[in-house]
Parts: sequence; C-alpha cells; structure tokens
Amino acid sequence: MEYIIIIISAIFVNNIVFAQFLGICPFLGVSNKLSTSIGMGGAVIFVLTLATIVTYLVYQFVLVPLGLGFLQTISYILVIAALVQMVEIILKKVSPSLYQALGIYLPLITTNCAVLGVAILVIQKNFNLLESVVFAAATSVGFTLALVIFAGIREHMELMGIPKGMRGVPIALVTAGLLSLAFMGFAGLV
Amino acid sequence: MNQLENFTKGFIRNNPVLVLLLGTCPTLGVTTSAINGLGMGLATTFVLVMSNLAISLMKNLIPDNVRIPAFIVIIASFVTIVDLFMAGYAPALHEQLGLFIPLIVVNCIVLGRAEAFASKNDVFSSVIDGLGMGLGFAFALVMLGSIREVLGGGTFFGLRFMQGDGILVFVLAPGAFIALGYLIALINKLRKA
Amino acid sequence: MESSFKNMTLVLLGISLVTSFALGAVYNLTKEPIEKARQLKKELAIKQVVPDFERLETVEVLPDEGGDPVVINKAMQGDEVVGYAVETYSKKGFGGDVLLMVGFLPDGSIYNTAVLGHSETPGLGDKMDAAKSKFSEQFKNQNPESFKLKVKKDGGQVDAITAATISSRAFCDGVQRAYDAVKKEGGTK
Repeated sequence: MEYIIIIISAIFVNNIVFAQFLGICPFLGVSNKLSTSIGMGGAVIFVLTLATIVTYLVYQFVLVPLGLGFLQTISYILVIAALVQMVEIILKKVSPSLYQALGIYLPLITTNCAVLGVAILVIQKNFNLLESVVFAAATSVGFTLALVIFAGIREHMELMGIPKGMRGVPIALVTAGLLSLAFMGFAGLV
Repeated sequence: MNQLENFTKGFIRNNPVLVLLLGTCPTLGVTTSAINGLGMGLATTFVLVMSNLAISLMKNLIPDNVRIPAFIVIIASFVTIVDLFMAGYAPALHEQLGLFIPLIVVNCIVLGRAEAFASKNDVFSSVIDGLGMGLGFAFALVMLGSIREVLGGGTFFGLRFMQGDGILVFVLAPGAFIALGYLIALINKLRKA
Repeated sequence: MESSFKNMTLVLLGISLVTSFALGAVYNLTKEPIEKARQLKKELAIKQVVPDFERLETVEVLPDEGGDPVVINKAMQGDEVVGYAVETYSKKGFGGDVLLMVGFLPDGSIYNTAVLGHSETPGLGDKMDAAKSKFSEQFKNQNPESFKLKVKKDGGQVDAITAATISSRAFCDGVQRAYDAVKKEGGTK
C-alpha cells in the first residue's frame, strides 16, 4: 500500500517536471518529436534508477560511516558522471541495438538535474533502499510521461498559427504551465 | 572585447535565463518570491565567480581529456561551501531554497561559462564574465520572483500592498511556467525592436 | 598540458585532494554556526509556544502507534511545570514530513503552535505557518480533550486551509501526536 502511494505520488501528484521543476532543460530541449522523447525517457528511467541505487549505497556505506555527509554533492555528481560513462561503454559492447536507441541521450543525462535531485531527495525523505528504488523508478516514469505528452502536443503545435513573439520557447512554457495545472488535479488522489 | 561590455552582456543581450535558456530548473523552482530569487541568484553568482577564477588560474595545468571532470569537482566544492555557509548564517533562506542549492552543480550556466569562457581567457576577464553572468541570472530570477509574488500574493519583497490572496496560481507551479513564458516573449520582442 | 595517463591522474588526484581539504576546513568552520542556528530556532519556537519559564527539562516519549520518538520540553518555573513544548512531526504531509512545535498548558489546552519545518506547496500548504495565514490560530486555547483535532471534512472541528486539506490533516496529526505524548507522560490532569 505504502509503495502504491509512493508510485502514484511520484508519477502524478508530485510529477518531477510539473511540480518539482527538475529536468526542465531536457524537457524543453528534446520534446520536439515523439520518437526522440520516448528514447530520452527510456534512457532517463534506466540511468536515474541505477544512479539512485548506487548513490544511496555510497551515502549509507561510505559517507555516513566516515562522517563525511558534507561531501554528498561532490561525490554524487562524480558517481553519476562516472556511472553514465560506464553505462555507455557497457551498452556499446553488450547490446549495440539498445545503445543505438539510447546512446545519444546518455551524455545529456549527466547534467540532467533530475538525476542528482532524486538522489538527494531519497536521502532527505529518509527512504530505505527499496523505497528509494521504487521512488526513483516512478519519478523517472513520471518524467517520461510528461515528456511524451508534451512532445505530442508540440508536434501538433507546429501546424498552428502562433503569434510571432510567442513562437518557440514562450508558447512551450505556457503549454507546460497549462499541463502543470492539469496535473494539479491529481492532488486529490493521495 | 572591453571589460564593460564583457560585464553587461549577461543582463539583457546574452541573459543566461531569458535569452540563452540555461538554468531553467532553479529559475522556475525558487522564484515563488523576489527574495528567494535574489538569494538563489547571489549564491549562483558566487559559485560562478569563484569557479571561473579557479579554472582560469588552472587552465594550463589541466590536461584536455580530463577537463570536464576537473571542472565538475571544482564547481561542486564551491557549491558545497555555499551550502554550508548558508546553512550556518542564513538558515531561513537555506531552508526555502532547499534542494536547489546542491543542484547549482548541474546548472548548465556554471559549467557552460567554465568551458566556453574561463578555460580560454585570462583571470580578470573570467572573473568579470562570471560576475556579469551571475548578476544577469540573479536579475532574471528577481524579475520573475517579483512578478509571481506581486500577482500571486499581493506582496513585494515581503511588503504587503494589497489585501487578500492575489491570483494564487502564479505562486503555484503552473504560474512559474506561464510567467516565464510571457517574460521570454516580452524580452524577444524588446530585443528585436 | 599534455593528456598523458600520468598527467591526467596526477592532476585529478591533486584537485580532489585540495578540494577535500578545503571542504573539510569549511565544514569544521561552519559546523558550530549551523548547530547554533538550529538550536536558536528551536529555542525561539519553545519560547513562542509556552508561557515564560526559568528552565527546561527534556524527555523523549515513544508514541503508542510506533515511529520516531516525540521530544517533550517541560517548561519549569521553580518546581512547577508551567507548560509543555512538544517537538512533534507528521508523516502525512503533502511534500514530506511536517515538523511542529506545539505548546500545552498544564491543563492540557494548547497555548500556541509553531512550524519548525515542512516542504508543503508554497502558496497552499505553507499557510500552516503563522506568518502566512491565520490557520494555526484556531488551535489556540483549545483543549484536544473536547476539541476534535480533525478537519471538518473528516468530521472534526478544524477549518482546513483552502485547497490544502492534506497539509491541514498533517498539521492536525502532528498536534494530536504531541497531545498523546503529553498525556502519556502524565502531563494533563
């Protein structure tokens, strides 16, 4: 039951893009086409979940025993950067087809603040390992959902007559605002 | 390029948020009030100036292939310093900004300036560049924060000038997107005029 | 500099060493102010929620339903207890845990409340903070024995914050936990 609440809240109620404002850069950057947004979403689900597990273990079994909690930020960003590189190398060797699908998005993920954000959030929220994994997976699914919906809308928007000044980013942001308003309707679920 | 131009380019012409569209996450996340925007802007400015300074000093020592990891370590340590000092001396603001302080590390502006400017220019220009870009970022954040605070809460820098609640949606998440969208549209218009 | 293996390793190692030492130094430097700021906040909150006192006696009480202990600060005037400032929490918040300081008089009625920390939505749930709305005032002078600590929607007597029922519930939950702890400690007569 507890896990179901975590999942629903992470995907809909506290959606990482629409309510927490994390991962906005890739959200605006790679949402022009439906196909690329699905690829990016897949890569984020994979890396974010993995990174949360690794950083959680680093925090609990290295930083806390040594009393080095204040090195959290610096060690997390290094772990994430190294992890992304490793995933890229391994994928290339083990599964070239998957690498082709996700490969080009991987380098972009290091600077996706959603990854670092979730890794820090699970510590702040005092989650245990299993809760952290569920939270991370659900959050990244929420990110993918937001990205895919948004890309679908933007594809249609290309055919619309939009006032000159609003074209491009401004209309995208206003659309995101309206979507965020719609997502607020989920607040009653929890 | 003269230093004055180097300093002012970050405000309107190359404003990191409103024109280059970097660092949108903290921009949307912390601007529920003008004072939060100012705090976040100044924290980022500090990190920008210090990392630009450190990186331009060390640019000849760092081998090209490990440049990015080296930059990240330097930036992350300045972020941690800001985080610790804020927790000690400005606890209320630290609580308000919360998660977004450690996230300065992945703010594309900081790494972007390190890579595009500080690693190629002398120390003085790099510091000026960091200061200009940082204050430009702060300027955008205060502007967005003021708009949201005035429309959403009827206050400005915490001073109440109106009774009642205001248009609540501007303080909430959707208002952040919508206000930033219109602000960028306005800047686009001004730049072309 | 040339990107030979030796150079790369040495430079990265050097930078990491220097930054860790620098951070360690800053950590030690700010440790005390951070602790002081936290203490100060707690003390201010205690002073807000109970009448004037001379000294504090602190006990930890484990709630009956399990979970983390609740800290009761007994405000003493001489040998007499003049109030209880209870550090309580609720896990039912919208954005995370809600931390409260709730003050009770010896007869069990609520003297005042203060919010220690929360991550509720700005503009909605954060109105539980006394600086932002009058929500918390309705708890003053109420005795939870007769005043039902639940929002009206759930059959209680608390007017919820508009559009923030979950945050209001969490607030009530925290106050209830504080009251139960005081009662368990034998505080109310």
